[in-house]
Amino acid sequence: MAHKILIADDEPNIVLSLEFLMKREGYEVHVAENGDDALARVAEVMPDLVLLDVMLPRRSGYDVCQQIRANPDWRGVKVLMLTAKGRDTEMQKGLALGADAYITKPFATKELVARVKQLLGEPT
Amino acid sequence: MLQEWVIVLTSFAYLGLLFAIAYYADQRADRGRSVIASPYIYSLSLAVYATAWTFYGSVGRAAIDGVGFLPIYLGPTLMIALWWIVMRKILRISKQNRITSLADFVASRYGKSALLGGTVTVIAVIGIVPYISLQLKAVSSSFTILLHYPQIVMPADVGAGPILHDTALWVALILALFTILFGTRHLYSAEHHEGMVAAIAFESLVKLLAFIAVGAFVTFGVFNGFGDVFSRAADDLKLLPMLTPIEGVAGSYASWVWLTILSMLAIMFLPRQFQVTVIENVDEQHLRKAIWLFPVYMVAINVFVLPLAFGGRLLFAGGSVDADTFVLAIPMLQKQELLALFVFIGGLSAATGMVIVETIALSTMVCNDLVMPVLLRMRRLALPRRRDLTWLLLGIRRTAIVLILLLGYLYFRLAGEAYALVSIGLISFAAVAQFAPAVLGGIFWKGATRRGAFCGLLAGFGVWLYTLLLPALARSDWLPRHLVENGPFGVTLLKPLELFGLTGLDQTTHAMIWSMIANVGAYVTVSLLDTPRVEDHRQASLFVDVFRRDASGARFWRGTASVPDLYSVLARFLGAESAEAAFASYARARGGTWPDPKLEADAELVDAVETQLAGAIGAASARIMVASVVKEEALTLEEVRAILDEASQVVEYSHRLEQKSRELEEATAELKAANERLKELDRMKDDFISTVTHELRTPLTSIRAFAEILLDDPDMAIPERRRFLGIIARETERLTRMINQVLDLAKIESGRAEWSISDVDVREVIGDAVATTSQLFKEKQVALRAEMGPALPFVRVDRDRLMQVLLNLLSNAVKFCDRPDSKVEIAARVEDGELRVDVSDNGPGISPPDRETIFEKFRQVGDALTDKPQGTGLGLPISRHIIEHFGGKIWVESEVGRGSTFSFTLPLRSERTGESSSALTTAK
Repeated sequence: MAHKILIADDEPNIVLSLEFLMKREGYEVHVAENGDDALARVAEVMPDLVLLDVMLPRRSGYDVCQQIRANPDWRGVKVLMLTAKGRDTEMQKGLALGADAYITKPFATKELVARVKQLLGEPT
Repeated sequence: MLQEWVIVLTSFAYLGLLFAIAYYADQRADRGRSVIASPYIYSLSLAVYATAWTFYGSVGRAAIDGVGFLPIYLGPTLMIALWWIVMRKILRISKQNRITSLADFVASRYGKSALLGGTVTVIAVIGIVPYISLQLKAVSSSFTILLHYPQIVMPADVGAGPILHDTALWVALILALFTILFGTRHLYSAEHHEGMVAAIAFESLVKLLAFIAVGAFVTFGVFNGFGDVFSRAADDLKLLPMLTPIEGVAGSYASWVWLTILSMLAIMFLPRQFQVTVIENVDEQHLRKAIWLFPVYMVAINVFVLPLAFGGRLLFAGGSVDADTFVLAIPMLQKQELLALFVFIGGLSAATGMVIVETIALSTMVCNDLVMPVLLRMRRLALPRRRDLTWLLLGIRRTAIVLILLLGYLYFRLAGEAYALVSIGLISFAAVAQFAPAVLGGIFWKGATRRGAFCGLLAGFGVWLYTLLLPALARSDWLPRHLVENGPFGVTLLKPLELFGLTGLDQTTHAMIWSMIANVGAYVTVSLLDTPRVEDHRQASLFVDVFRRDASGARFWRGTASVPDLYSVLARFLGAESAEAAFASYARARGGTWPDPKLEADAELVDAVETQLAGAIGAASARIMVASVVKEEALTLEEVRAILDEASQVVEYSHRLEQKSRELEEATAELKAANERLKELDRMKDDFISTVTHELRTPLTSIRAFAEILLDDPDMAIPERRRFLGIIARETERLTRMINQVLDLAKIESGRAEWSISDVDVREVIGDAVATTSQLFKEKQVALRAEMGPALPFVRVDRDRLMQVLLNLLSNAVKFCDRPDSKVEIAARVEDGELRVDVSDNGPGISPPDRETIFEKFRQVGDALTDKPQGTGLGLPISRHIIEHFGGKIWVESEVGRGSTFSFTLPLRSERTGESSSALTTAK
């Protein structure tokens, strides 16, 4: 059964590109446009991995990540954070909040796909 | 019931009670648990001002003068309001210099002059003796009157008996005994007579209660309240004038004013007042409460004076009863034996309090400032070399007490009957008022000298003797009466009561005017002509600058001394125990121990010993003693001046240092603030850069992702390939736009933007903007309407920049339109002397918090309901900069769900009229 990926980003074109990349790898893709929506979708579809933008409207990606980690039912959900803010402190903050990996925008598509596969325990 | 033995026994019981209180307070003080360390006790002790004169005499005066008794109590009430300025300074000086009496204070101020101290003492003793005799008279009269109960017999009618049967003599002797017990059990006079103060405070309560008791009895018991007394007095033709205003009653305004001034001075310079106010004060802060408590006491003891006076006049209409005895006579008339006895005790109490404090103060003066300086100078006695002199000091004081009281008795026998109580008291008031120039001048005027003070005192006192005491003695037939009536040798200009032809004043006012002219005149004139001596200079500076300088006199001393010499001189006068304690505390204060062989006999130790000694024997005597055991090198006047100058330079220097350090602090604070501002700017720049990068990275992300996707898959279907390439193209555009706007904003913000300002037709620019955006509006199917007033003026702006603002507002409006019936309206008109442009839409509206922030950089309004808006988040900030640059304002009004209106204003050209008229000229 295909892994389920949730894409949480508010930039339509970035969502489009991520959706294309994930589908090409054969994953089942869901999309959320803001932080609240992202949490709702997590509860709804129980994704294997969330591609989580930091600068989300309504509820920041950090907050979403924290909420996911606070719920024991979602222990299996991997979180890969994406941000256009490339500072070290932000990366550390994301990892400290329980993200599994952290990639800055703009990203190399190959690297992104490799990290997703690695997190899902698939051979790269 | 009021047999002689009852009265005598009650009196002794009362005196015994006073003594018990004093003894208890002394015991407590020895154990360090002072009972007088209270502002209330302090204020009550000040009420020693109210003597038997107040107790009996106020009513006596009121019965003749109406409200004429009031100045005696108004004066102190006025004066005490000034105490925070005057008395606090005297207190501070006295504590620092261990002043033991008023005479000591004056002597110390004017170069520790023994001559001056002696003069003050003599004046005080001569001046106060009548006052003491007054107390004796009051006690013996009241005793005699009470003794004849139930008849009311005046003492004058009884006649003076042989001396040994004279009550007054026995009263004098008994009071002397009590005073010795109260005041001279210990030696150290700069320390406090705690027992005495406690007894005086109690005594003040007793006399107040007794007076209020009789007052209330007469007002409410004999009559029916204040109204009744006054209306009955008003019905009496003889009493009516006393109810009318001052001029009809108490003589002239002049005497009213001078009596007030006189009692203002008395509350400060009566030796007993100086004793309780200054010497016995334990805490400067007690003044604060006393300043209002004492006047309250004054009011309380005066409330019933007028009812008693009128009551007495009404009850004893015949005039056979002396008004001075009304207070006692009325309860006797009403057969109130107990009340009469209580009144007698109240009067006795008032008299006792006064006599005890006054004689203690006087005996200290006599001992320290009159007898000791003389004895110490008599080489034959070789006093400075005797081992223990405490017995001598106590002996002198005890003798002085007895002598002063006997003098009082003598005056009573000689002159007492000729005067009413009030007049005797005023004679004393006028005498002590002579101290005012020397003391008040001494604490505020550095230029006052010893000779000036001496001449002033002598002149003032001379006039007092001539205009007040001499007539008093003449009236009692101890001097020929023609001296007063015709003037000496028949020279009328020298008549003691009409000196130099000054008539129409009462005796006291007359005496005060002349004595003050003589006193102040001599004091000021001689001081100005005089060259100050070294000691004058130094003490003047210590007194006048007491709040400003280091108070130690040590810096003025140079010489050699030895510790054992200094120790033994202190031990001789204070006793070995006190000397030991004094040295130990001195050593402790300097971080050492006592005995310490290394203790240096330097200027500071000499000064400390002299100050300690001054506390026992006064400043002048202490100076003589210390000078006898140390070798001193005289400082020249120049040296003292130099020290003072140096000190003032140090003060000046430290002032400047303080000033500098304040300036430095301010500069530091400014630097800190500037640094904070810079940090803030830096942080803002960081934030800006971080935001810009974020905004740039976002389109880059899409571009890179799709470029790589296309690169990976050369076989991608054409439509999809087109779609992705379209995205790449649009995102690139967005990126370019954003870079342009960032640069634009940076240019405007830094002021490097170029502005080509010209007269611009707003109608034309708006039309152009509408045309430019019409395609966009058509695409989104939004209606656009422009509404402009007929005659819009020109504005002076940069046309392209104005265009930029209009395009930004219009494209923003269309961007948020999301309904089928969307419409946008642009309107321009002149309003309040400005051009106003509104761009309204019927879009979703903007929530109040967002209205504040949309004009900030990168603050787009976006939420999940709408797509993230297209744009850079820089359009509105740039527009704001542009409009503000033109001198206008830009703002938004909005209602969520109903739409928004963005408005801006532009100032009209101020020279518009001139321009149009020149245009007209051109047209011609």
